[in-house]
Amino acid sequence: MGNKIKVLTFAALKISLHPFMRHFEVSFIVDPVLSGDEVQSTAKAFSDMLSSEGAKIVHIDEMGLRQLAYPINKRNTGVYYCVEFSAESPAMISKVELAMKRDDRILRFLTVKLDKYGVKYNEDKRAGKIGRKSRKEKPVEAVSRPPAPVPAPPPVVVPEVAASEEE
Amino acid sequence: MATQDEIKFLSNPSIGQRKTKYCRFKKFGLKYIDYKDDAFLTQFVNEQGKLLPRRITGNSLKYQRRVATAVKRARHLAILPYVTDLLKP
Repeated sequence: MGNKIKVLTFAALKISLHPFMRHFEVSFIVDPVLSGDEVQSTAKAFSDMLSSEGAKIVHIDEMGLRQLAYPINKRNTGVYYCVEFSAESPAMISKVELAMKRDDRILRFLTVKLDKYGVKYNEDKRAGKIGRKSRKEKPVEAVSRPPAPVPAPPPVVVPEVAASEEE
Repeated sequence: MATQDEIKFLSNPSIGQRKTKYCRFKKFGLKYIDYKDDAFLTQFVNEQGKLLPRRITGNSLKYQRRVATAVKRARHLAILPYVTDLLKP
């Protein structure tokens, strides 16, 4: 009896979970050779495409022009965008990805499913909690240990401390 | 004549002790690793851009796996390099 009830409730839970919106995040790099307006219109075109396919755009993060860690299509910089959205079914993602693949204004893209912690992280980041937190954590470790040395050497001392902590 | 208690502290007692490693994600309650945060992820790679082992970073298996996927995602988006030299100064 008890088992049966458990199974039933689990099934009910699954059904109730299904219509929940799933959260995703697509980051892409736009060709920096384009003018500022063109870059923005490219990003806008894809976010519009997402919303027309039934996704709800949560946030569009423009990370701006960044140095690439390695050249892509002979470009050394790129304009990074990150669009967070929620959707009921992930079917439209492949459609948008195909469009991105065909678009030569997009250097790279990556779509990621966000878990609840990822959603929360992005919310906190937008509220300005994350940046401060991570910056606070690191200096506290670095500063609390070598407060004594003369102002000149700290840039040399800090990496050593960090290295010894890792090892 | 030195007593037994004094002899005990003739050498630095902290010399032979090793620092206990810990998983920073568990300790500070970090649940999500952002693949776009390059400054954070460089703590988990060596100067050639290779992932550091758990034995050095002290991460738990669960978070080491997440660090690994975050680093791989960052590499794909050219936030971290696949191969380099002198990534860290």
